[in-house]
This record gives sequence, structure tokens and C-alpha cells, in this order.
Amino acid sequence: MNSVLAPEIEQHGFNFSNCRRNEKLIHDGFKPPKATKTGTTIVGIIYKHGVILGADTRATSGNIVSDKNCEKIHFLAKNMYCCGAGTAADTEMTTKMIASQLELHRLNTNRVVPVPCASTLLKQYLFRYQGHVSAALVLGGVDNQGPHIYCIYPHGSTDKLPYATMGSGSLAAMSVFESRWKPDMEEEEGKKLVRDAIAAGIFNDLGSGSNVDLCIIRKDSTQYLRNYELANEKGVRNLDYTYKRGTTGVLSVKKIAFDVVEESTSGIEKMDTN
Amino acid sequence: MMSNNGVNFAPFWHNGPAPGSFYNFPQNNIKSNSAIDEYGFQRNGGPITTGTSIVGVKYDKGVIIAGDKLVSYGNLARYHNVDRVFKINENIILGMSGDYADFQFIKQYIDEIILSDFSADDRIVLKPKDLYTWLTRVLYNRRSRFNPLWLDMVVGGMQGEEPFLGHINIRGRSYTNDVISTGYGTHLALPLLREYSEKGPLNEETAQQLIQKSMEVLFYRDCRGYPKYSQANINANGVTVSDHEVKQNWDLALSIKGY
Amino acid sequence: MLGINQFPEYQVPGAVQHQFNPYENNGGSIVAIAGDNFAVIGADTRLSAGYNIFTRNHSKLFQLTSSAVLASCGNWCDSDTLTSILQTRVRQYSDTHENKEISLNAIAQLLSTMMYGRRFFPYYVSNILAGIYEGKGYVYSYDPIGHCERHTYRAGGSSSALLQPILDNQIGLKNMEEKPTIPLTVDRAVKLVTDTFISAAERDIYTGDGVKISIITENGVEERQIPLRKD
Repeated sequence: MNSVLAPEIEQHGFNFSNCRRNEKLIHDGFKPPKATKTGTTIVGIIYKHGVILGADTRATSGNIVSDKNCEKIHFLAKNMYCCGAGTAADTEMTTKMIASQLELHRLNTNRVVPVPCASTLLKQYLFRYQGHVSAALVLGGVDNQGPHIYCIYPHGSTDKLPYATMGSGSLAAMSVFESRWKPDMEEEEGKKLVRDAIAAGIFNDLGSGSNVDLCIIRKDSTQYLRNYELANEKGVRNLDYTYKRGTTGVLSVKKIAFDVVEESTSGIEKMDTN
Repeated sequence: MMSNNGVNFAPFWHNGPAPGSFYNFPQNNIKSNSAIDEYGFQRNGGPITTGTSIVGVKYDKGVIIAGDKLVSYGNLARYHNVDRVFKINENIILGMSGDYADFQFIKQYIDEIILSDFSADDRIVLKPKDLYTWLTRVLYNRRSRFNPLWLDMVVGGMQGEEPFLGHINIRGRSYTNDVISTGYGTHLALPLLREYSEKGPLNEETAQQLIQKSMEVLFYRDCRGYPKYSQANINANGVTVSDHEVKQNWDLALSIKGY
Repeated sequence: MLGINQFPEYQVPGAVQHQFNPYENNGGSIVAIAGDNFAVIGADTRLSAGYNIFTRNHSKLFQLTSSAVLASCGNWCDSDTLTSILQTRVRQYSDTHENKEISLNAIAQLLSTMMYGRRFFPYYVSNILAGIYEGKGYVYSYDPIGHCERHTYRAGGSSSALLQPILDNQIGLKNMEEKPTIPLTVDRAVKLVTDTFISAAERDIYTGDGVKISIITENGVEERQIPLRKD
């Protein structure tokens, strides 16, 4: 019912009609493109002086490993990092966008951004997309209130916990935490625990693999330990797989002669920062 | 949806049931139960009364199998004091998870085998590997007839001097290993067990501690779990079946505030 | 007449329904190479389903005679059943033929017949049979319903699409202008099989933990095991 006198007010918010269409297409046999998933193990714990985040480094697409050493601990702010599981593009873009919002917030308020602020921004963003942005996150950081670990699910719900795990290896990692975590651990002990939790995921969950990344956030310093442990060495091959020149056949040769008119190298232009 | 008197009521929720309408509910589906339709027939499948994970560990001189004492009816914690770990004879212990009715059915046959084995009085006693292969064949044949026994079983025991530990699932897929777990245990208990078992053979004491740790984690994280569990331990000295309880600690819960 | 049979299914996205699927993919990869007077066959030792590893030490190789080894992977319960029936048939043959061992090509045919016997409820497995017959090395590969083909080299299982091109290149010497003339010795074949598995373990999540290799020569079957990455 649309008339000039009483025009229909357009609905606000998102239009999900395509979701139903897509579901029907899939139901009818349409094969959607495969996205890179980080079937992952990501974890975070609170220890005596802050938080420790951990992640494996395998990205998969179906049963194939698409990246053997990817980064799953994303930067949010100086005092906050966020591990991402789910669709690689979603976790990457979501954390990037929230990171910029947090930086703007920091500039506006001129204060250390509280971790709950990031949690709220992330959950509100994810909730709006009703789970279609498939990012499962472990957010960790230290602010003026102390250390925080949040679990954020793709539909926008959150958990505030002293230790959290996410991804396909979450149960393997949780079994390590559930049997060994205790309050007020020392840093070395905490690092060992997080390493063990990630290793449990790497070796027991096929969706997780390769190396262990750690990130330690203390009250006033942050330490990103990329490839903290190379849990899996690549096997050494026995044979030589180089080829003699001329192995690839040349089918045809066509020569194009250029007339050199002028030779120049373009200099690097300075960015206009006025 | 099919309405009662040709009157259509709005469904309770989107895509949900509507008042006064009739449905065939999944699983006790009269349509597919009633033998044959155009394309053959379908059996109703799915476990009803179920037991959750079983954990099994092989140590240098024997085997321990443990499982909690709960049998659930869907989401309902129905029977609280049921053994899911059994002594079969002096050589064999068995843990079950999956449908308890299916287990009781198969247990009758196992008991018959043990009885006839005993009656033969030939000093040849059934060994774990025998039961393991027998169960594999039974479960495989049932799955091939599309009428599976909804079971996930762990067989342990002494194969002569050697400890034996094997796992058979609903399809008759079987394997042996030093550590085995079914159900949620594959996700939660196996990582803990492997961490130790892959370093070398365990002794009885560590095996015991590992089982205890596993049952604890399973109780905390498996929502079909239960603090009371029974465990069977078999070695050269024979079989002992004992009851245990997880030591619970909920101090942490008080420290969790907000979301 | 409105009968109970006309009632629609009560199906909503959230309702749990158990539908029994008799098949389960247990992963695993297999590779075989036939030489002039030998055959080499390898299989990884991981048994898995979904994202779980059940065991890291699980042999997918079955020695049938002193000159024939079968590798089988896919749906493990079918592999298990098929190979144990096959082993029984192989034994029955020697029991009824004055302890004469069944020949490789006879096993090849027998396996094909057995698999086709389950044409409409197939054994969901990938099989490769390797061995020697009258002093020469042979490799046979099968599809799940019993199509049998002879090759000089073959890869099967979850990494078959990753491994076959390596073999095409290294043994088949396909699409090469100046083909290298390296003789295919037992040693080279074993190293090649090992290397292909190292590569497969890097990129296929269902292949890893270890590789078991059987070397079939006139002197019988020799077994070797090499560890692979465990993640």
C-alpha cells in the first residue's frame, strides 16, 4: 500500500532478503565460492600482570591448508589485541575496522581505551549482521581497570572470562586450561600454559596446525611473540627437484623490436601532507 | 502445515508450529515408520536413552576404562546411577556410550557368549581381541543393513600378557590405540591423554591420574556429564571395578562477573 | 480422505534429526610405484574423521602374499571388511591349490569382482594393489565400485590430486623437452614415495603422522616407517 498521501516509510536497517535467496540457491544445489576458513585454535588467559593471547597459524580451505603460517592475533590498540577464528576475511576486516574506531576514540577522549569498549563495538557490529559475519573472537587487553579477556561469538554474544578458547580446537585447548589454569600465575608459567593449550589444538585438531603465536599484554607494555614456537618442522626431502634448462619446450618465438626514444627514471614524489 | 478445520492459525513463531495443527514429528515419524512407501522404507533412527563419553587408557601392565554414571533421555538427566563400564570376564572390560537400549540388547549376546565359553570348560577363555572383532562385525553388519546399533564402545583387557585397548563405533569402524575416547571425550579428554601417552608407556599411577583429570574436565565441559563415574582396571592381577566422584571446585565462578 | 500419512513433516531449521549415514571419511593417502623388477607402495598412518585424529599409528597396508601388497583407504570400516574378506579368499586359494600362492594378477581380478559385487552399496574405498608377477613390478588401482586399471605409478586417497602430478612429472616425465635419464631404482622409488608424502602432509589435513612403505622384490616384502608432521 503506497500512496502519495501516505507514503510507505522505508524500513531502516539491513535487508536480509538475499540471505533467504542464497539459502534457497544452496538448497537447490548451487555451489557458493569457498572462503578461507581459519579452523583454528585461539586462546587467552589472565595472569598476574596482564593477559596472554595465543593462536595457531594454519588457515584451511576444505581439507587443504591454504596458509601454513598466517597471523591470527590482530592488533586493535596498543593495549589490546584480538585473536580471530572463522572466515579469514571477516576476522581480518572486522578487527581492522574496530581498530580504527578505537584509535579515533582514543584521540577523542585522550585516554587509554577501555577493553569493554572494544568488546561492545565488536559485539554490536557482529549482532547487526546476525552471524553472517562469521568472526569468533578472543579479545584480550589491559586498561585502567586491569586485565580483561572476552569471548565474542559470531552472533554478537560475549563472555567475560579469566580464560577463554575459540575455534575448532577450542575444546582441546579448554581441556588444558580446565585442568591447569589457576589465578595469579607468573608470566613464564602463563606462557607455558598458553603454549600447551595451543599445542593441544595443533596436534589434536586437524583444523589447527603449524606454529604457536603468543601475545603478552601487561599493564604498560605489549610483547607480540610471532612464531614463539615452531611446533612443526617441514620434512626434509630426499631428492633434488630442479630441472635442467630447456626442460620446458619452446613452442614458438616472436621477436618485437623496440625503438628506444627516451630513457628516464621517475623519482619518488613526496606525499602532500599540508 | 495442515490445519484442524480448515482454519489457519498463525504459527507460534516464524516457521514454528501453529495451534490446532497436526504434524509428524521427527524420529517418531508415523509416515516413515509405517513400512513401505513409493521408494522403499525408512527406519526411524537416532539414540534415545544415551550415555556420554568413555575414556580408556593403556598402561605398561594393564588397561583402565572409565565412564560416568549418567544415562540421559535427550536433555533430561534420566538415570543417575547406571554403570556404563563392565567386567565381561577375567580378561575383558568394556565401556559403552551411545544408546543404552542398544547396549542392553548386545550385552545379552555378550553374556551368552561368555556363558557358553564358560560351559565349554576347555580352559580357553575369550580374550579382548575376540570380543573386539566380534563387535566390529556385528556393528558393521547392522550398519550395512541401515539398521545400526547406536553404539560407541571401548574394549579393553589382557591379550595374554599384553594389554589391549580398542574402539568400535556405530559403523563398525574399529582401531586400537594407547588412548581412546568416545563422544565428547574425543575432543576434551584425548588431548590430555595424548600429551602423556606419546612420551612413552605410562605406569598405573599416571594412568589413574590421567583418567581422573579427564573425568573432571568432562564433567565441567560436557553438559551430558556427571560427577559420579565408575572405572574398570584390568591387569595381570585381575579386574577391579570401582566407583569414584569428581572433586568439584566452583571457586572460580564467584570471580566471574559481567559479560 | 485425510489420513495421517498426509500430515506434513514438522521440520524447522533448529530441530535435531538423526539421519544415519553409513559412510564416514577416514582420510589417508596411498601411493605406489612399479619398477622393472620391484614395486614400492606407501600409505600414511593417520586415522581421522572430521577434525579428529583417532590414532597416529594405523597401517593401511595389507600384505596378501609374498609378492603382493594392497593399500586401502577411505571409509575405514569398508577397508577393514573388504581386506579381511580378501585375505580370507587369498588363503582359501592357497589352501585349495596345494599351498600355491595366488598370483598378483589373479588378486587384481578378484578384488575387482569383489568390489563390483557391492555395486549399489559400494565399499567407499580407494585401493591400490602393488606387487611383482613373473619378476616384473605391477601397480593396479581401483575406483570404489571395482574398475581396475594397470599403471606404472599411482596415487590414491585424500591427497591423490596433490600427489599424482608429482609422479606424472618425476616418473612419467610428462611434458618435458629434454627428459632426464635417471634410472628408476628401488632406492629412488622409496625416496620419491617418502617425498610425496612429506609434501602431502604439508598441505592435506587428512595426511600425516607417519608413512609406512612396503618394498616388494623377489626376496619378499620389506617394510619401512618414516615419521611425518603430526599437526
